[in-house]
Amino acid sequence: MDKNLLSKKAACNSHGQDSSYFLGWQEYEKNPYDPITNPTGIIQMGLAENQLSFDLIESWLENHPNPAGFKRDGASIFRELALFQDYRGFPPFKKALANYMGYLRGNKVRFEPNNLVLAAGATSANETLMFCLAGPGEAFLLPTPYYPGFDRDLKWRTGVEIVPIRCSSSNGFKITKAALEEAYQRAKKCNLGVRGVLITNPSNPLGTTTTRDELDTLLDFVVAKGIHLISDEIYSGTNFGSPGFVSVAEAMIGRDHNVSHRVHIVYSLSKDLGLPGFRVGAIYSKNNSVVAAATKMSSFGLISSHTQYLLSELLSDEGFTRKYTEENRKRLKKRHGQLVEGLRNAGVGCLRSNAGLYCWVDMRHLLESNTFEGEMKLWNKMVYEVGLNISPGSSCHCNEPGWFRVCFANMSADTLNVAIRRLKTFIDSGRRSRPAPERIRVIVFARKKGKPSFGRIHRRISQWSLGDLYRRINGGVRSALRAVRYNLTVDAA
Amino acid sequence: MRLVVPLQGVVQGRGGLVLGSLLPCALFYVLQLYLKRKNRSSPSSSATSVSELPAGIPRTPSRGLLSSKTSTGPAPISSRAASVAGPSDSPYYVGFKKCREDPYHPASNPNGVMQLGLAENQLSLDLLRDWLAEILKDLALDGEEGNLSVSGLATYQPFDGLIELKMAVAGFMSHVMQGSVSFNPSRIILTAGATPAIETLSFCLADPGDAFLVPSPYYPGFDRDIKWRTGIDLIPAPCRSTDNFSLNIATLERAYNQAKKRGIKVRAVLVSNPSNPVGNLLNRETLYDLLDFAMAKNIHLISDEVYAGSIHGNEEFVSIAEVLQTQDFDRSRVHIIYGLSKDLSVPGFRVGVIYSFNEHVLSAASKFARFSSISVPSQRLLVSMLADSKFITRYVGQNKKRLQKMYALFVDALKQLGVDCVKSTGGFYCWADMSKFIRPYSEKGELELWAKLLNVAKINITPGSSCHCIEPGWFRCCFTTLSEDDIPVVIERMMIVINNHNDYH
Repeated sequence: MDKNLLSKKAACNSHGQDSSYFLGWQEYEKNPYDPITNPTGIIQMGLAENQLSFDLIESWLENHPNPAGFKRDGASIFRELALFQDYRGFPPFKKALANYMGYLRGNKVRFEPNNLVLAAGATSANETLMFCLAGPGEAFLLPTPYYPGFDRDLKWRTGVEIVPIRCSSSNGFKITKAALEEAYQRAKKCNLGVRGVLITNPSNPLGTTTTRDELDTLLDFVVAKGIHLISDEIYSGTNFGSPGFVSVAEAMIGRDHNVSHRVHIVYSLSKDLGLPGFRVGAIYSKNNSVVAAATKMSSFGLISSHTQYLLSELLSDEGFTRKYTEENRKRLKKRHGQLVEGLRNAGVGCLRSNAGLYCWVDMRHLLESNTFEGEMKLWNKMVYEVGLNISPGSSCHCNEPGWFRVCFANMSADTLNVAIRRLKTFIDSGRRSRPAPERIRVIVFARKKGKPSFGRIHRRISQWSLGDLYRRINGGVRSALRAVRYNLTVDAA
Repeated sequence: MRLVVPLQGVVQGRGGLVLGSLLPCALFYVLQLYLKRKNRSSPSSSATSVSELPAGIPRTPSRGLLSSKTSTGPAPISSRAASVAGPSDSPYYVGFKKCREDPYHPASNPNGVMQLGLAENQLSLDLLRDWLAEILKDLALDGEEGNLSVSGLATYQPFDGLIELKMAVAGFMSHVMQGSVSFNPSRIILTAGATPAIETLSFCLADPGDAFLVPSPYYPGFDRDIKWRTGIDLIPAPCRSTDNFSLNIATLERAYNQAKKRGIKVRAVLVSNPSNPVGNLLNRETLYDLLDFAMAKNIHLISDEVYAGSIHGNEEFVSIAEVLQTQDFDRSRVHIIYGLSKDLSVPGFRVGVIYSFNEHVLSAASKFARFSSISVPSQRLLVSMLADSKFITRYVGQNKKRLQKMYALFVDALKQLGVDCVKSTGGFYCWADMSKFIRPYSEKGELELWAKLLNVAKINITPGSSCHCIEPGWFRCCFTTLSEDDIPVVIERMMIVINNHNDYH
């Protein structure tokens, strides 16, 4: 059948699913690791899923058969649930969800259930917000690196563009006022009307929580430009280390109404409770127009009433949620520590992180060339030779090659050890037989100071890169030249 | 003065050829530049036709909030959102709201609003409830949990639905269509209800600014499901009471040509079978004609068959899939919408189906399905339910009997009032002719009667104008939300209003 009979969206192949982020997944599907049946298979380290604490949920569900059986206080409420399709959501569930969100923020902020709009997962919530806040040909600014799925979720059906805010490792990828301004101007030059900024806090893929200063900078920026701020806080329950998690809701305290109607929070239970299959997402906004529009649009992704009821009971059990959250944080911290330690032993560092289900790993020193081609070569080796599906920074639109996102919460401790061992083996073998890095042998004529100018003194300078040569010449050093090896500084995690 | 002089010269022809042409050209370009810069600086107007509101969506006062650029005013929302943010003034939604605020209950709220505007089947929920109770009892005894267990719930599952549920739904679809056609699970995409199913399919088949032909009267929800976010327009092909509101290919042809004249690209025909709101079936002849029409115009055919298992009449339901089995048509242009909300009475669980013979559509829809996936625990529950074939057979049989009984009672009761209904075969509603009670014989008269029925008689029925019916005076009345005892109450209330309405006029 003629593909011309389909819509442009359906007929085109550029839907972001052909980036390396997704290709790695496909390779994993073909050859998945199993400790017994397929010990040489690919280990999935590209999926940010929390499988560490599901046993706690399981035992709660087993001890509370009533919600799963459509019973409330012993009486059947099947009829009520089977017919419930109100797009305003099941009130007890919204109340329980709002309370849980407040708890995760140390109860420093209170969420009103009436300002909460439900959606079938954060994927649906983010798309709905795009439909509400921007039109085709308009843009949102996103700090890089960002979750590769945004290229699909935010742009696909909405027609909205993403303009990256370039962050760099020199300051730990923090968002600066200059970077925001630069991105805004860049968007303007491309004739894209900027409608807002979207951040993930805690960040995906960095694993860091956004600092109070960054939040203040962002809030000042959106007020000055008259645009929106979306804070995707789906990992808010995974903050296991210091500094603590500061929500944009907290940063808004004390600011006036001019700010509050611009800020929208996206939440989901897929990461914090490890329930991605339940498809539970939410939008929280104090902007009544956004709430009204998003509520009506939620008809396109309502959560099953059965699930809403089940979760309303689970989240209302505050003793359980407290115990779960604390235990989950402990397990995440331990697993995170295991990965970081293992990487350190292999001579690999990562960005210091305190949240999330992954680490932002620095493999710049393993690149053959400091380019994205080099990164792709290394990624290919990781997937096909080492057997680890990790996500390359280029798929996250990182400016600098050599960074990778490595997930640790979707496997057992033993599997993680296997992965670390494989990586160490690869790196060690690489060190022994690695070809000399691209360096340029430079013979420089140097004149020693104070000596008579007859007779030239040659020094053979080796192991300099062109960059070093440039720096030296620029620096004006003309005598006593020394070979300098380029050093990589590693942040100890 | 200096500026004026050369202009004067140009106007009077004293400037010579060069000045006479240079200056006007220069002025012209300056004007263009100015206009271009003005347009560029207001980004919302650089958007494509999607930001233009399709006709029929009510504009709301909240549009006042919209401003293209401001740093001190309220943050603007998109035009798509602004058009839906305000309260809807469509009778379809106004009636829902009133019912929700003041719902009728025979014992606790006998003066509440009776809901005859929501096509929900409440007749057979007790069968489902009892099945569930049995299952849980058996689980408690056996200790095994099977599909209701919690293991495996943690992980991500395919966004377009569990393969077990696809197989179960394929089997169920075949069952309710009397086994006349078998459905292939690999051609199914599952979504959270038929609402996202039709929207997702629309995203796959047409671009913003394109249109679908749809015979009217049609389900008011299509205006939301198809037009809101996709930017696709709906062009009604009006059906008439003289034909019993059945589909007429000549009408489709006329609507298609008119659209073509206006430069609108039609991408598909959307039919509902059994039809909503009329309740009649498409016979084999019409289905062949529809397929021929779609082939001739090189467009798609979407068949919304959500009520396929809710037949209360004697006519046999024929699915478009059945016709395709026997004839050599280009199947890749045919797509079916289905769901469990109507036939299985579980709208709360959110299960919709896109069934397509087109590989590209399936591939695209399965990727779009991530925005409207069904909750895994509910999927698991439904797999259990649908797998119990003895229960499903019993349910379908009992449900049909109850529908038939209710339909007969309700239509007879309306007849006593002097209200005739189109003879319908399927669905949860009847299409009632109240044109003799409205004055004037126009949409205004119809809405006046509707308002009286809602506010005075406290009965919510759907006026034909919400369904884009071109003949005034027709109303959709759902009977599956009533019990037998409710029917005399409805008639009594309606009688008061109708008599008063007549006396007044």
